[in-house]
Amino acid sequence: MYTVACIAILITMILAIIRALAGPSVYDRVLAVNMFGTKTVLLLSVVAFLYGRPDFLDLALAYALINFISVLAVLQFFENKPTDGDRASEEIR
Amino acid sequence: MTDLLSWLLLLTGSGFVLTGGIGLLRMPTLYARLHAASLTDTLGTLLILLGIIVQAGFTLAAIKLIAIALFLLLTGPTASYALANAALLSGAVPKARLLDDL
Amino acid sequence: MTIILGIFLLTLLVIVAIGIVQAEDLFTGVMLTGIFSLLMAANFFVLDAADVALTEAAVGAGISTVLLLGGLALMPGRERRPRKMHWLALGVVTLTTMMVVYATFEKPRLGDPQAPVHQHVAPWYLEMTPELIDIPNVVTAVLGSFRGYDTLGEVIVVFTAGIGVLFLLGLPGAVGERRPEELAAGRSYLGHHLIPQVLGTLLIPFILLFALYVQFHGEYGPGGGFQAGAIFAAGMVLYSLIAGEREALMIITPRTLMILMAGGALLFGGVGVLTMLLGGGFLDYNVLAQNPVTGQQWGILIIELGVGLTVTGVLLAIYHAFAARGR
Repeated sequence: MYTVACIAILITMILAIIRALAGPSVYDRVLAVNMFGTKTVLLLSVVAFLYGRPDFLDLALAYALINFISVLAVLQFFENKPTDGDRASEEIR
Repeated sequence: MTDLLSWLLLLTGSGFVLTGGIGLLRMPTLYARLHAASLTDTLGTLLILLGIIVQAGFTLAAIKLIAIALFLLLTGPTASYALANAALLSGAVPKARLLDDL
Repeated sequence: MTIILGIFLLTLLVIVAIGIVQAEDLFTGVMLTGIFSLLMAANFFVLDAADVALTEAAVGAGISTVLLLGGLALMPGRERRPRKMHWLALGVVTLTTMMVVYATFEKPRLGDPQAPVHQHVAPWYLEMTPELIDIPNVVTAVLGSFRGYDTLGEVIVVFTAGIGVLFLLGLPGAVGERRPEELAAGRSYLGHHLIPQVLGTLLIPFILLFALYVQFHGEYGPGGGFQAGAIFAAGMVLYSLIAGEREALMIITPRTLMILMAGGALLFGGVGVLTMLLGGGFLDYNVLAQNPVTGQQWGILIIELGVGLTVTGVLLAIYHAFAARGR
């Protein structure tokens, strides 16, 4: 049963990568990376159970923390570069 | 019994996760994609993690999984909020009527 | 199952790598680099290398993205389009790629027990760790004790990177730079919004506690100094994002950062000198306690602490060097 969840998560990761490559504006890409990060945490948890090694869950927890912080840092970056907003606002409609 | 519950939770969770991914790809504007991605992210994650917790029983692994689930429950919506706010403040205007495009 | 997952993740890796190279906008490249690091971490995890996966996720996908963005904030965002095609470079790269691919034809199968890497030192480490060091995580045993000189070299490399960045950019509070009190006061962008602020202040203690857990749990599970340093630095970066550069630099001052950077490396080297003074060789932990096994465990604990201190100091120093520059 973990295999089904694994496959679903992997397919969603592919979809997130497609959005990250194609997204017209920068916020699309940040969204895709955030989603990819959450799916990675899920994948790590499911695979840890699939392999029967529950002590690998530390990785998933650490990564959940790091993902959150890096998304917030990216958004802080946009405060200091308002010129990127012009490109973003033209393309998001 | 636990297996059945676990299967159900994992399948539902996987369904939501897939829906979120498809929504991320197919929705027309940024805000619609944000909506799809953030809601299904949190819900699908919670369901899948619950499915695994049910399988794990009362062990240390279950406590770690509960910690991960709690953490994602708290930080997922916050990250989406921060992203939507940043997008709004940089001038991206949400389109009022999406149906005009269809 | 491992093979299928591995092939899948590696294919995604190639696609993302092509995306990174093609992106003209550097910000896109940085975001895709974050995804690249995550895919590598997942790949390491699938191959059962938990310590490496944790380090890659913490440092590569988290802190590296933040630091690259910090650097990107100081420059124009688009790549300069190359004027002409560099045929010589293309030729050299193609030739090297063909040679490397040819070399992989002779590679043994993944997990082959007859492979040379599994014949000489690795079985000795696996057999002798319970006897000589007696900790469950063999990776930490190899990193800390059997290959301690390598780890000392790594800590010195991290330290050198830190002082390199500080030579170029400088921290506020250093000689000739503005003091932290003179930075623009006021809260940063995220500090204006209640939700990230409340959540951040709720989470920071747990993040720091988790970093300490990873640091000292390195002997029993995936963990150790490098990962713990990265997570601790991430926690302090979160505080800096919420409360602003000024407050963050007044809590962990530049002087403290430099003491952390140098202190960790000194601690590591100091353990080596101490063991020499106690009669053993350099970094021979057997002499640290009555029982050699206990001595080994103490030695690994202290050097991992040294590694964690240096990594924290360096990552925070580099982050502040970039972030405080724009003010």
